[in-house]
Amino acid sequence: MPSDNALSIVWIYPDLLSTYGDQGNVLVLEERARRRGIPVQTVHVRSSDPVPEYGHIYLIGGGEDRPQILGAQRLKRDPGLRRALDRGAAMLAVCAGYQIMGSVFGGEEGQPVEGVGILDISSGRGQGRAVGELVAETAPELGVPTLTGFENHMGVTHLGPGVRPLSRTVVGTGNGDGTEGCYAGKVIGTYLHGPALARNPGLADLLLRWIVGPELPPIDDTWHERLRAERLAAVRP
Amino acid sequence: MTQLPLRAQLAATLGRTAATLSRMTGRGDGSVIGGRVGLVLEPDLLRKLAKDRKLVLVSATNGKTTTTRLIVSALQELGDVASNAFGANMPAGHVSALAQDKHAPYAVLEVDEKYLPEVIDTTGAGVVVLMNLSRDQMDRAAEIWLLAQKWRRALAGKNTHVIANADDPLVAWGASTAQHVTWVSGGQRWREDSWCCPECGGPLDRKDNDWACRECAFRRPQPTWWLDEQNDLVIDPYGQRWPLHLQLPGRANASNAAMALATAALFGLAPSTALDRLRQVKSVAGRYTTVERDGRVIRLLLAKNPAGWLEAFDVLDPPPVPVILSVNAQGPDGRDTSWLWDVDYRVLRGRPVYVTGERRLDLALRLDVAQVPFQLAEHIGDAFAAVPPGKVDVIANYTAFQQIRAEFGRAV
Ligand SMILES: [Zn+2]
Repeated sequence: MPSDNALSIVWIYPDLLSTYGDQGNVLVLEERARRRGIPVQTVHVRSSDPVPEYGHIYLIGGGEDRPQILGAQRLKRDPGLRRALDRGAAMLAVCAGYQIMGSVFGGEEGQPVEGVGILDISSGRGQGRAVGELVAETAPELGVPTLTGFENHMGVTHLGPGVRPLSRTVVGTGNGDGTEGCYAGKVIGTYLHGPALARNPGLADLLLRWIVGPELPPIDDTWHERLRAERLAAVRP
Repeated sequence: MTQLPLRAQLAATLGRTAATLSRMTGRGDGSVIGGRVGLVLEPDLLRKLAKDRKLVLVSATNGKTTTTRLIVSALQELGDVASNAFGANMPAGHVSALAQDKHAPYAVLEVDEKYLPEVIDTTGAGVVVLMNLSRDQMDRAAEIWLLAQKWRRALAGKNTHVIANADDPLVAWGASTAQHVTWVSGGQRWREDSWCCPECGGPLDRKDNDWACRECAFRRPQPTWWLDEQNDLVIDPYGQRWPLHLQLPGRANASNAAMALATAALFGLAPSTALDRLRQVKSVAGRYTTVERDGRVIRLLLAKNPAGWLEAFDVLDPPPVPVILSVNAQGPDGRDTSWLWDVDYRVLRGRPVYVTGERRLDLALRLDVAQVPFQLAEHIGDAFAAVPPGKVDVIANYTAFQQIRAEFGRAV
């Protein structure tokens, strides 16, 4: 259990689901908290270990088909994450990690595999692989600037009534129906894979605000902003 | 080697002509264009060109080009060796390499990991050398567990002798269907892709280079060759210790040399003989080359993926020697720069760092978050101008590396 005044970040299954630089989300969150004087404790939870229920922000990343299935099986047996979310923790679930939060997702041969059931979504296999830059306009109520990132997946995700779209795609595939990702309560899912928060510090700050409160001191975002501007200019129609 | 049938011979000749044209028009070193023309004309050409030679295939995520080069230099003790020295490592490049050296009794081919099963099937190669498997260019590369599974299928039931790195669990799994395997303890630096058992998905318990699954019987096969990184030596199956003293720097190359020694032994070459030849290799396709410009002594290091960056950091000169990092995201590099976040750049703290390349802003942000001070350089030339005279190391990914070589007129 973390000390009372430290922000506790829990990275779920880096041994299975961290194939695309997912560590970046951990590093960006840690750094943005630290630069605001918030002490941080990070726990890396291997798939053979239980998920602690006293964390503040949970991160889960992307991976190949087989690790994705293994990750879903183990997370279903572990009550830690669900208890943490019930206590008010926040989560960012990325790509394969996003899909397994739903009721079902597509396995290696497209066969349905049962998910963890934390988000009201269901995923299957699409026609082809969606690989490339993604730009999406974030749901206005979230107050987060345009999303920019890279997607690399074969998934098609259907959003149920229990979640809202995180954004609407401008460039790229996302969920496959013109929306990208979803959110419900303090849980965000997205196909922006790997270090999604590096190019979207606004999303990182949303997670932080959900935990530490609405008043986050501004920090120097020069490099985030320069990179965002370059990537958006490179792919916007 | 026996006479090729007329159609194959014509294809090989045409292939050579195209290669010459490609060189003359300055399109490249000609190694791939030649092969492409040849393959279109005669799909069976690779099989015919490989027939009747003693053929070694070398595959891995990292170290293919260098290990190929080391094995070539060892086998040259025995006779002429055909090889794709320029790293054109798909079947077109193999055809081109073999066609250019039709009478060489030996051939050593670097093979792209994805093409290995196909090339094993086509050539029936007698020896396959497998070093490591890790994440690489994720936007287009196959998933590495699937890749290892394809290796298993390709090697099962064949007479091929495999030389494999027992310390890499995925390689051990990929090689373990082969009938004859020489297991080498070649070490494994990058472990982020092998925390789980390739056989059952259970957790792997690891101690130094040894590993075993906690849930099933899969464990590291018993090596007969050992690399002792600490003491820079290789121990052969008879327990004899061979100090390496290579010119190529770093632990990754010591591991490549261990694989090369085990391969050479299969051809009857004693480590003493093979080592004399390995020690003569000082640069491979521009890598590790030192060039001088305006008083700067510039050393070029190629790093294409997270495991490769770890290896490059390992050979850097100590601070205050500056380092220039150059990153692109063109097709051959992978268009996705996410992998930058898998590399731990903190080791660069305490030395001057310059950041350049087409995706320098991705790298700049990465270093900023890691609290590694750096300076941005729009062109590589600006970075060279900014560093003081003396030594400087350059680490670049694939197309960035080729651009820098071109900058020096391919003199390196
Ligand atoms: Zn196992």
